[in-house]
Order: sequence, then structure tokens, then C-alpha cells
Amino acid sequence: MAGDYKYKPTNGFTRWLDSRLPIWRMVDEQVLNFPTPKNLNYWYTFGGILTLMLGVQIITGIVLAMHYTPHEKLAFDSVERIMRDVNYGWMMRYLHSNGASMFFIAVYIHMFRGLYYGSYKAPREVLWILGVIIYLLMMATAFLGYTLPWGQMSFWGATVITNFFSAIPFVGEAITQWLWGSFAVDNSTLQRFFSLHYLLPFVIAGVVILHIWALHVPGNNNPLGIDVRGPQDTVAFHPYYTVKDGFAIAVFLLLFFYFVFFNPNYLGHTDNYIPANPLVTPAHIVPEWYFLPFYAILRSVPDKLMGVILMFGSIFVLFFLPWLDTSRVRSAAFRPIYRQAFWIFVVVCLGLGWVGAQTTDYKIFDLGPKTDVVEQIVEKAKADNVTGQALEAVRTQAEEQNRRAFDATDLGRILTILYFAFFLIAIPLIGVVETPKALPRSISEAVLAHGGSSQPARPQGAHA
Amino acid sequence: MAHAHDDADVTRRDFIYVAASGMTAAGAVATAIPFIDQMNPARDTLALATTEVDLASVTPGQSITVMWRKKPVFVRRRTPEEIKAAQDVPVDALPDPQADSARVQSGKEEWLVVLANCTHLGCVPDKGNKGEFGGWLCPCHGSHYDTSGRIRKGPAPLNLAVPEFRFISDTKIVIGEAPAPAATTTEGA
Amino acid sequence: MRLLALATLSLSLLAAPLAVAAGDAKHPEHQHWHWDGVFGQFDRGQLQRGFLVYKTVCAACHGMNLLSYRNLGDEGGPEFPEDAVKAIAAGYQVPSLDEDGQPAERPATPADRFKGPHPNEIAARAANNGALPPDLSVIVKARHGGADYIYALLTGYKDAPADMTMGAGMHYNPYFAGGQIAMAAPIASDDLVEYADGTKATKDQMARDVTAFLTWASEPRLEERKKLGVKVMAFTFVFALVLFMAYRRLWRDVPH
Repeated sequence: MAGDYKYKPTNGFTRWLDSRLPIWRMVDEQVLNFPTPKNLNYWYTFGGILTLMLGVQIITGIVLAMHYTPHEKLAFDSVERIMRDVNYGWMMRYLHSNGASMFFIAVYIHMFRGLYYGSYKAPREVLWILGVIIYLLMMATAFLGYTLPWGQMSFWGATVITNFFSAIPFVGEAITQWLWGSFAVDNSTLQRFFSLHYLLPFVIAGVVILHIWALHVPGNNNPLGIDVRGPQDTVAFHPYYTVKDGFAIAVFLLLFFYFVFFNPNYLGHTDNYIPANPLVTPAHIVPEWYFLPFYAILRSVPDKLMGVILMFGSIFVLFFLPWLDTSRVRSAAFRPIYRQAFWIFVVVCLGLGWVGAQTTDYKIFDLGPKTDVVEQIVEKAKADNVTGQALEAVRTQAEEQNRRAFDATDLGRILTILYFAFFLIAIPLIGVVETPKALPRSISEAVLAHGGSSQPARPQGAHA
Repeated sequence: MAHAHDDADVTRRDFIYVAASGMTAAGAVATAIPFIDQMNPARDTLALATTEVDLASVTPGQSITVMWRKKPVFVRRRTPEEIKAAQDVPVDALPDPQADSARVQSGKEEWLVVLANCTHLGCVPDKGNKGEFGGWLCPCHGSHYDTSGRIRKGPAPLNLAVPEFRFISDTKIVIGEAPAPAATTTEGA
Repeated sequence: MRLLALATLSLSLLAAPLAVAAGDAKHPEHQHWHWDGVFGQFDRGQLQRGFLVYKTVCAACHGMNLLSYRNLGDEGGPEFPEDAVKAIAAGYQVPSLDEDGQPAERPATPADRFKGPHPNEIAARAANNGALPPDLSVIVKARHGGADYIYALLTGYKDAPADMTMGAGMHYNPYFAGGQIAMAAPIASDDLVEYADGTKATKDQMARDVTAFLTWASEPRLEERKKLGVKVMAFTFVFALVLFMAYRRLWRDVPH
């Protein structure tokens, strides 16, 4: 399907170049005239948005590195110098810090879209796996970058996250010291984090190229989840999707620019404007919002090693998704049970994010007094010869002070179980028990059957 | 799939495509401005303090080098012969014609203050080797400067630049401030 | 329905940071500030008055080491005239070296950083009952609630509730986490300063003015940011519209 179109050089120069370096052939066949299913909806514009955001992050990052000093005594002030003295420095920094959040918003939508339309299924398993690798690299890069301003959250975030590795039996401490280059997070850590933070985006860019390559071999999936049958099902990427992606990018930029210019610190944490201090931990440390669901999974397990394993497992399970799914139908539009499971999963992820932002003892429901504890106190009072109204007062006070509650940790545990159940139980099982709806024979047939303006796979409201 | 369009419709289509392309180009150009401007000197760099130089210990014929705005500056106490040599040169014959009186402050002709970077490619001329004209010889490509810091021979196109400076007493100058009594201030003030 | 889902998703993600409430402290009430909103800018006179309050009241204990005297003349700030900035700077003596290389002092120039009240942290703690008065350069961005919090803290001092045991030398302030703050009410009476513009220096007025000054100090490019932001948003909005029209035209003849 991706090979129908063939580039023909039109003049002497392009013929000469084509036989030496067929770069224009590649651009022409793989970008401009790449046959793309004509039924892609707006959820498919996030690939383009992500490409743009990677570019924004790399360019603003290169600029910031021109002015930033990776040293524990100078880093905080050098960031403030960027904010105060460097021409447009405030803009570069706010673009970069808010750009990270925007990048993650886009990547989450992109991933949920792949999950909904079954874009990870054969023949696109490698495409999906490369995507998960990009996501892991993004998380590493974001974490490394967050340490660079060397504020309180930078320092303590780095301390907490590097301590994940201390959970590894026997070699944990050696590994953390190796990561730090010291006995704690300090200047050596900051300098290596800066070096790696500069390096990883280019690794991401490399894997993105592989990701697009792996996309262009089978071609795009689409909201119907059925294969492209021929040229009647596709349009050229340019101008049809460059313009559509362009529109989506402009709308996305409005949101991005709102944060950059009018609410630039909203997605950050105030404590990161306090210079790093190894003597004082902030009262309530939370990761950046895009890590909150994983933070909730970590905290929901009482065992240190298991918590870390589960947290990493929640991402690694994505690698196996193509083989966990037993259904032969891709798109959730034709899978009534899976569609419901998908939306429950979305709510579970949002719920985990909410839990991650709360203190662990945040009370959600009160479940009455802890009767055994209260009885113990009352018995003790009786033994001390407290009687009558005084004893009742003791009981009342004990009941007020010793209460069972359904707190954030409890909710986190339930949601963690549901998270893994979705991948390990729901997805394999639903594929077996579910009866999918009848698939249309081709994209063009489905399009014509619905007057070219709506179709079952196109969610209401998503159409222009 | 293909429809027939009337002319007006085609024109309107063209307009919207031209507008879209135009705005993309304009947006890209406008975006480039801050990304270029961020490499210009920052505000704190522009606000760098002026440099004070104490002249008391400089003997006639001696030249000292001081730093001003991260660049070396020659401060030279000229001998009467050097001053005369500088003043007697026919200005028209110079590669970069400028009278000695335009390069020193009147009444203080003894003191020559020039930026120490050769106007050819930025090397610092050698203080020890005065070259053929009694001033400086740039070791990199052989530019000769005279006792007024003017280019006389070699590849350099211009005279050594004279920064703004002001006498705050008989033996002290401030480089980077306009000479008194002119009250205008510079960005470095 | 899917768009609704997207909206829910984004909103809940954005609301996440908000869910982190500031401990047991009283939540500061929102005040009306001159720089609020998309078009909000600083009130020049207020920033100049606020600097006077900082200089007279706060600077006895709190430094602002990220600011230079030249910033007082910067566009978008208090915009003191150039000679006023020079005069303010010259009022401070900063460390220097004399001709023999011995430690000496010289009058500050506009390029110098604000002179702090204490030479180092140990001296600062020694002078303040063991507590370290934080540097105020980015204080408004470093506290939950920002300007509202600073104003509430400055004006929120009260007598401690009867059932509260106060530490030695501590003061009750419901807006401070834990309720006990080492700083005594800094603006405890009217007329601590005399405003040149004739504004009456009430406690409330001084608290508002110094909060405005500290907000500018934390975010000195706020005016530039908002002015540019309005233009950028307007351009991007029109750009999106044009692209949408181009998209509709382009796809009109393609069944999809």
C-alpha cells in the first residue's frame, strides 16, 4: 500500500542527484506523496504535534544550554540570570519548561489513541515497541531536566528517584553511589545529569526516525482498523494531512502559549524556586504531574523493592501488549466490550494521577471507629477504675481519635490492581469472549456509505 | 471525486492557500527573532562596570595594559618626541586618515588610550616591539601602528579604536564614560 | 463524547498540581492586583512605594541577592530615573580592595547587586534568634498562593489562640504553615515610611505596595511577557482559523 506511488525525477539535476543520493525521492515518496488513509481523525494529529514539540524542546534546550551553568553553586543563579538578563531568556525557559508538560499531554493522547484503535497490533508491533522506548527516554530526559535548576524539588526529586535503585538487593547502594558519583546527590550528579539531559533528546530523535520508518512499512492504521485496499482509500500526505496537522498544531499551540505567556509557573512547583538545600526536605514532595500515576503505583506497595518493580512493570507491560491482545479486530469502534474496558482504564489512569498528588493518609471516606483499639482503651480505663460518664467520655474520645478510613493509599491499591488487570486479564480475555461488530469491507466503502461526513468509527464531535 | 469549479471559487481557494502559506512563513520569521537575539550580550553584560585606571605609576614612554569590558586596553604615556611624531604626520597620507588631536584629549596629549586589539583580525600587538613607526607591531600579520595608534603599514584596515574615557583627577581615568564636561552618559555608565 | 473525554483528561491533569494544598495553613484570600489578567501590568508608583517599604522595613533582615540596583530603572519595573538609581546605589557601601590590595569599601554603582543585611548565613542566624530570613528575590514564585500569600502573611498577625503553645520568640500567624513564625509582624503600625507621592502609608497600603514590589522582583519580565503574549496569541488564533479554512477547502472534494 505504501509502495503504489513512484517518484520520477523531472529534470537533469534531479536525475543526477537521484542516482547519487536519492534524498528527494525519499522526501517525495515518504512525506509529500506518502499514501495516507483518508479517514484519519484529529486524534491522529498528535504524531505531528509530538514531532513539533520535540523540535521545540531541542531548539530551546540548545539555547538554554548556551546560558546555563551546571554547577551546584551557580546553577540556580544562572537560571535566574536567564530569566532576568538574557534577551528573551524568560521566553526560552518558559517554552522549555511548559513544553515538557505539553510534550507529555500530547504523548499520552497519542498512546491512548493507539490503545483505542489497536495501532499496536500486527503488523505494527515494532512501531509500538519503538514508541514505548521513546516514552521511556522522554521520562528519563524530563526527570534529568527537572534537576537542572537545582531548586528544592530538583534536589529532592533527584534524591528520591535515584534511591529507587537502592531497592535492588546487594548492589543497590553501590549503584546509587555510581549514579551520584558521590555519597549523595551533589555537584557530580548535577554535571552528569546535564550531560545526559543534553544527549538523550538526540537519542529520542534517532528512535523517532526508526518509529516513522516502522510506520511507513505497513502504513498508517486508521479509525476503522482495517487495511488499506488501494489508492481509492488513501490521499497524499501533502497537502491533505500537512494542512490538517497544521491546523491541529495551531490549536495546540494556543494552549501551549497560554501557559507560556499567561500562566508559566502553573504546571511547576513553587518549591523549585527555593535553592536546593540538602538539610531541609520540602513538606510535601511530588513529582511533575506526568509522573503522578507511576508515583501512586510506587506508593501503593508497602514493600520498597516490590514498589519499584511494580512501578517499572507498569511501563514494561506495554512492551508485551501486542501479544497480550488476542482480538483480531483492531479498532475499539467494532469491539463493544473492549471499548468499555478502555474507558475504565482511562479513568483508572486519571485516578492514579490524582492519588499520586495526595498525601498518602488523605482520607476519602470515614469507615467508623476502630472498635478493637477503642475497646482496648475502654478496658484500660475500666482497669483504672473509671466509670459512668467519665468512662463514656473516654469512649467518645477514643472513637474520635481512632478511626478507620478509606484513604488515598487504599484507592491507589485498588487502581493499581485495575491497571495491571486491564493488561494482564481484560485484554487477553476480552479478545476471546467478545463478538466484534461487522467490519466494513474497505475504507472507501465505509466513507461512501456514510455520506463522506460521518461513520461509526469517527467519534461524535471529533469531526471538523 | 473531481468537481468543476467556477473561477471565483478557484480564486478564493488560492487566496486561502496563499494566506496560510504566508502566515506560516511570517510566523517562522517572527519566531526566529528571539532565538537570534538571545545570543546578543545580556543586560548584566551590558551593565558591566567601567574601569578605573591609576596613571600615577606610569613613566613617560611606558605603556600599560588594562582590562575594560573583557578586552585589553593600552594606556600609553607618550614622550614629547612621540607626541611630535604623531602630530607631524600628514594626515592625508594615512590609510585611515585621522589627526592625532582627534585621538587624545586636549591638554592631556601625553595620554594615549586605545583598544589593544589589532583591527585586522583581533590579535594584541606586541608592546616590546614598537615596529617601524614607534608604536606597536602586531605579531600575527605584521601590522605597524604609530605613536598615535594609527595603522601605517600592513593588512589592518583601521586605526586602533579609542574608547570613551574621562579624567576624574590628574592621575586617574575612567574608561567607558564620556569625557567631562560632556554630560551624556553611555550604556556602560 | 470523545472531545468531552479529552477535556476531562486535560483538566484533571492540569488540576493535579492544585490538589496539593498547603498543609494546615489558612488559605490566603485572593486580592485584586494591578497585574492580574491577560492585560494586567504593574503600577509604576506602587512599585516605587513598595521599594521604599522594602528598603526601610524588610531590608533590615532580608536580602535580595538576585537584583542589581540598575534593575530599579529597568523598563517594566519601578522605572526610577537614571540619576535616582545612581543615588540609591551610592547610598550603599560594598566591599572592594584598596590600592594596596587590602579589603576596603566603595559606594555601590547601578551594576552592583543589592547589598544584603548580613555578610553570611551564620551571621544572619545569629542576628535573628537562630532563624534564617529567606532571600526575597523570588519569594513570590517560591510560595503557594504567590502575592496573595505574601499580603495575607504580612497583614495576618493575630494573638495566638488560647489552646496553642507558642515557642519562645515565635509569633502567631494563621497563614504560616504550623501557625508559628519567627518573624515579628514587620508592618505593625502606620507611617513606617513617608511616601513621596503623598499616598497615606497605612499598614494595608504598605503591605500591598511591598507585595507588588516583591512580585515584580520575582518576575521582572512580566510586562514584556504579557504584552508579547497578547500578540502571539492573536496571531496564532488567526493562523488557526486560516488553516482551518484551508483544510475545509482542501478536503471538500475528498469523501472522508
